[in-house]
Amino acid sequence: MAEVFAYIKHEGGVADDSALELLSAAKKIAPGANVTAVVTGNGADIDTVCNAMASAYSAVWKIDNEALAYPNAEVVRKALVNTLAADSIVLLPHDTFGMDLGPGLSIKMNSAFVADLVDVEDSDGAVLKVIRQEFSGQAYTHVTCDISGGAVINVRPGVFAAEEAAATGAVVDKSADAGDLSAKRKYIEIVEAEAGDVDITKAEVLVSVGRGIEDEDNIEIVHDLAKAMGAEVSCSRPIVDAKWLEKARQVGTSGKTVKPKVYMAMGISGSFQHMGGLKGNPFIVAVNKNPKAPIFQVADVGVEADILEFIPELTEKIEEL
Amino acid sequence: MEILVCVKRVPDTAENEIEINSDGNDIERDDLVYSVNEWDNYAVEEAIQIVDKVGGSVTVVTVGDDESEEVLRREMAMGAEKGILLSDDAFEGSDGKGIATALKAAVEKGSYDLIFTGAQADDGAAQVGGMLAAMLDYPYASLVNLIEPGDGKLKVGREIEGGNQEINEIELPCVLSIQTGINEPRYVGIRGIRKVASVEIPTLGASDLGLDAGSVGEGAAKVRRVDYFMPEMGEGAEMLEGSTEEIIDKLIELLKAKGGLK
Repeated sequence: MAEVFAYIKHEGGVADDSALELLSAAKKIAPGANVTAVVTGNGADIDTVCNAMASAYSAVWKIDNEALAYPNAEVVRKALVNTLAADSIVLLPHDTFGMDLGPGLSIKMNSAFVADLVDVEDSDGAVLKVIRQEFSGQAYTHVTCDISGGAVINVRPGVFAAEEAAATGAVVDKSADAGDLSAKRKYIEIVEAEAGDVDITKAEVLVSVGRGIEDEDNIEIVHDLAKAMGAEVSCSRPIVDAKWLEKARQVGTSGKTVKPKVYMAMGISGSFQHMGGLKGNPFIVAVNKNPKAPIFQVADVGVEADILEFIPELTEKIEEL
Repeated sequence: MEILVCVKRVPDTAENEIEINSDGNDIERDDLVYSVNEWDNYAVEEAIQIVDKVGGSVTVVTVGDDESEEVLRREMAMGAEKGILLSDDAFEGSDGKGIATALKAAVEKGSYDLIFTGAQADDGAAQVGGMLAAMLDYPYASLVNLIEPGDGKLKVGREIEGGNQEINEIELPCVLSIQTGINEPRYVGIRGIRKVASVEIPTLGASDLGLDAGSVGEGAAKVRRVDYFMPEMGEGAEMLEGSTEEIIDKLIELLKAKGGLK
């Protein structure tokens, strides 16, 4: 059977949440296989992460190199291609790093690529049957993947529970195998998001607006509702892309992570990138004219309505209280 | 700067209810309006803005059927000079790698400094750009939301978690996948589309591209969609029913109980 590897993202000596989620996913993808954690990096941090992973994974491969101090996808790809057998099954988180690395890695390893896996249906070692989503989560698909020649599989963050089984894995230093790590793309720096005038991360109640608002002129009704409720206004990505609200108000993996008590999702379909920014199990109210919108699967209370009509009426009633 | 932008014709599903067809092998597409993939539109706009600054030209390419031509024309109306349609029955059933294989062949027929894709399309895989780059042995950056052209290289910003931006320097030629919000795509009116209505768009098939039919299409695909389905959901949201007034009354009671009103 092909060897199974999970790439461990880490920062400041701490493994990413995906580190143990990938172990759970690996056990469904390749039942019975030994799963090896691969940790790339440089310096003391990498040893801390390797030791932590050894208590969960049956083996840990360490690739320590100055060029890997920052996880530049091109450099990491070279290190993995040089170190792993071509028919390996490699698991990555489907986040901004995994999207950068996974597709190209699959080409260089001449193996299959599965993007954004959300569940595993069946696996016999040669053909893997998985579940994916299309159309921003509005339709599900069964997908088969020939993994007999290896595969790179990007696993959606947050859908597999972290594996809790204990192990006593050995850390194996594979640094000497990393080979040539020269790259045509060089990492320069991280520019932190601007703080902005509002801090939605502290708000207890958020009135959050999405595509359903349709036009910039309609944003006003959202501010009115928020004012009536004593809430802060937040939004989903398309509203920021359209520059109708500032970036500091965006909830999601590419925006802010919020933990309100009450979250009013107004005309928001509920993509996983958006929901990824919502923590702390808030009471979610969803209003959407599309009864199939994924937001209704995660909301506590739903209303099938056009927010352009519903919000002003709700605001008026609240103001009368 | 010669820039190639890879685009895709997709149904607009942002505000539409999606239904699975009775065979379960596709979504119901009859009532859906098709246009260019949203991310690709930002990519074309960015390419045009770069060419406006440093000179050169923009070419748009797609893998699709005859109907995909309208998407190429739409992007040419924005300012792309040329369009190329890659169309062949042999491409049917391609996985991401099959599409990237066809695009790679098209890239090699031209001479491009810079290749853009949208960061993702309707299948949400976000895979073709990275595959294409690896096949060409070009450097790649995904989720790009900033580009500053330099001498033989670019400064690019990638959107990463938390709204932060990862700045990289990348050598040309390269492939970039473009994130929404990088610019404000210009509006295309019917008049603009009419202007490019008669521009010839060459159609290239597998043999024109020098591709072995076995390297693309369903036969080459290691990854195959079996069906579409809607899963049995848990309870999901409690849907409030009744007149708008009744719904609002119920909602206000719930909000009071949960601390949503101050």
